[in-house]
Amino acid sequence: MNKEVLSLLVDNHSGVLTRVASLFGRRGFNIDSLTVSATDNPAISRITIVVQGDEQIIEQIVKQTDKLEETREIFALDPNRSLFRELLLVKVAADETNRSAIREVATIYKAKIIDLCMESMVMELTGEPDKIDSFLDMMKGYQILEMCRTGITALERGEAHHSFN
Amino acid sequence: MILTGAEIFTEVLVEQGVDVLFGYPGGAVLNLYDALYAYQDKITHVMTAHEQGAAHAADGYARATGKTGVVLATSGPGATNLVTGIATAYMDSVPMVAITGNVGTSLIGRDSFQEVYIAGITMPITKHNFVVRHVEELADVLREAFRIANTGRKGPVLVDIPKDITAAKANFVSKQPIFPVYETKLDPAELAHVATIINGAQRPIVYFGGGVMASEAGEELRTLLEKAEIPATYTIMAAGVLGYGEALNLGLLGMHGNSTTNRAVAEADVVIAIGTRFSDRVALNTETFAKKATIIQIDIDPSEINKNVEIDFSLVGDVKDILAKLMPLIQKNTHTDWMECIHTWQAQDYRPKDDDSRLMPHQIIGTACELAGEDAVYVTDVGQHQMWAAKFIHHLKPRSFLTSGGLGTMGFGYGAAIGAQMAVGNNRPVVMFTGDGSFHMNLNEACTAVSYNLPIITVILNNTVLGMVRQWQTTFYGKRYSSTDPHRKTNFVKVAEGFGAKGYHCENLAEFKAAFEQALQQTGPVWIECVIDKDEKVLPMIPAGGSVENIMMS
Repeated sequence: MNKEVLSLLVDNHSGVLTRVASLFGRRGFNIDSLTVSATDNPAISRITIVVQGDEQIIEQIVKQTDKLEETREIFALDPNRSLFRELLLVKVAADETNRSAIREVATIYKAKIIDLCMESMVMELTGEPDKIDSFLDMMKGYQILEMCRTGITALERGEAHHSFN
Repeated sequence: MILTGAEIFTEVLVEQGVDVLFGYPGGAVLNLYDALYAYQDKITHVMTAHEQGAAHAADGYARATGKTGVVLATSGPGATNLVTGIATAYMDSVPMVAITGNVGTSLIGRDSFQEVYIAGITMPITKHNFVVRHVEELADVLREAFRIANTGRKGPVLVDIPKDITAAKANFVSKQPIFPVYETKLDPAELAHVATIINGAQRPIVYFGGGVMASEAGEELRTLLEKAEIPATYTIMAAGVLGYGEALNLGLLGMHGNSTTNRAVAEADVVIAIGTRFSDRVALNTETFAKKATIIQIDIDPSEINKNVEIDFSLVGDVKDILAKLMPLIQKNTHTDWMECIHTWQAQDYRPKDDDSRLMPHQIIGTACELAGEDAVYVTDVGQHQMWAAKFIHHLKPRSFLTSGGLGTMGFGYGAAIGAQMAVGNNRPVVMFTGDGSFHMNLNEACTAVSYNLPIITVILNNTVLGMVRQWQTTFYGKRYSSTDPHRKTNFVKVAEGFGAKGYHCENLAEFKAAFEQALQQTGPVWIECVIDKDEKVLPMIPAGGSVENIMMS
């Protein structure tokens, strides 16, 4: 099973996300994560989808999604030529006995402490998914109270990709 | 000029060349119907008994003509009743525009009376759908719907129009319909390579489907077959593209195809798949299908390449266009040994035996064909009778065998027959074959055929059971006939008469022949009930997931 990051440029219409999600549901494609974001063109949105599947399934996902009327463009991002980022918010139980130990880990990972109270702290970390995974592994030694990951958002390096009209 | 949304709707229909539409009125579409009332001289509206029948009628109209079929229904239940018809058209790539009314925009999202989110419901069964939010966009949305339905791989499009939009006014400027020419971009090297493979084949076969019909590419196909002496087999969606008696036409492929066609695909060294999608009723086992062959696929839809079966070479684009471009590169050829081999297999094929003591399905269908003539349009429901019709109708022309292939919709037939008769006019016979199971689902549409004087001839193969399901129970479920024998007491002659149609009951071939001859003279709908044995099977059969080695001849 490969993991593939797909970048999808779609018309910024209401219901377009439902349409993409419905297609994935109907065809039994698995979504690891999905983010929708604005682009520099107000008529177009970008959907970044992380999917799993063998080569044949990825090919089907790309072709089926491309058939949607509101799809302007879909392409798989080459990991060697792309930037993947994810944002994590994690709330960890922390008191005076372990607060500094947690802060030390946060410093190493360049995570920001954005909230603090007597019993807990909230940290923010941006980075590649691997880095987030590894940070969360470290946090398993403590008590994670709540967390939220945004899923991957991604762009290719270098020049603008294709048509954007 | 300033028009209401409802007037814009009718103007766009006229613009798009729509002269017939099928539908059923209701609260949310009152304005649209009011506008249609004023356009009666330009557009005929056929009111059915049920919206499902209207959807199948629009579908049948489209299949018989290649034009886009149009269906209109009100909000809520009117819209949901279209769903089976839209899904049927979607699975068989039939161009259709479905228009639904909805509650006014201020009432949307409030669970108002007869409100349903039909755009959400039909998302997975349409090529695309629209909810019109402003009267200013109505005309272009409708035009876009017609364009999407009938370009590329065809299919249904739904336009949902809230009631206030049909009353609101906007400026309307008439436009000529645009049918963008589908451009096939082929790499000449790839095309040449495919031609080399075809030219070098020892045991080639063409396996083709509905895409050849949709592309109107029958002549190009025939030229290819004859030039290179390549035999051909087809899916049920392509019945009628080649003539019944043509030497290179081997017949139906797949679960209920001939033994020869399935053997030929299994033994071929090159399979050329044209306008077809390797469905599980044809490529029953994707691992073993055409195992010995280099597979070439020609299709307009890139997502069909490698979907079910791994393809060696593909040409994506309009089938007619590709075949025309391929032809000059194809060498004149013969495959004498291969054809001889095929003829040997054909001699061993399953053939049903005539029996004059009772009604046999193949004799009923054969006789109906002889009497109806070469111009007839045949429509089926779904089940055993459908397979028999596909196998035993002798002479078919393109667009004259209308059947629900992909979705397998029981109850498709009568609506589709209404659409077909409206499309071809009353001078061409429309003959519907159905079973007692399928017919019970939507026979209510007989009232429509009576209202509009449509001389549809319905041949009901009555075995009193759900024959196809029962056949599986006989073969795979130890004859445990769970819910396939409903013990119905329907008197079809009386029901026909009750609707104002004519009915006949036949128990032997002579009676059937007489009834059919009389039916051809009628100006309104006729039902002919044929009593057949409930143990009659569709043969041969390859079980689901099997291959030609598993073929059953009894």
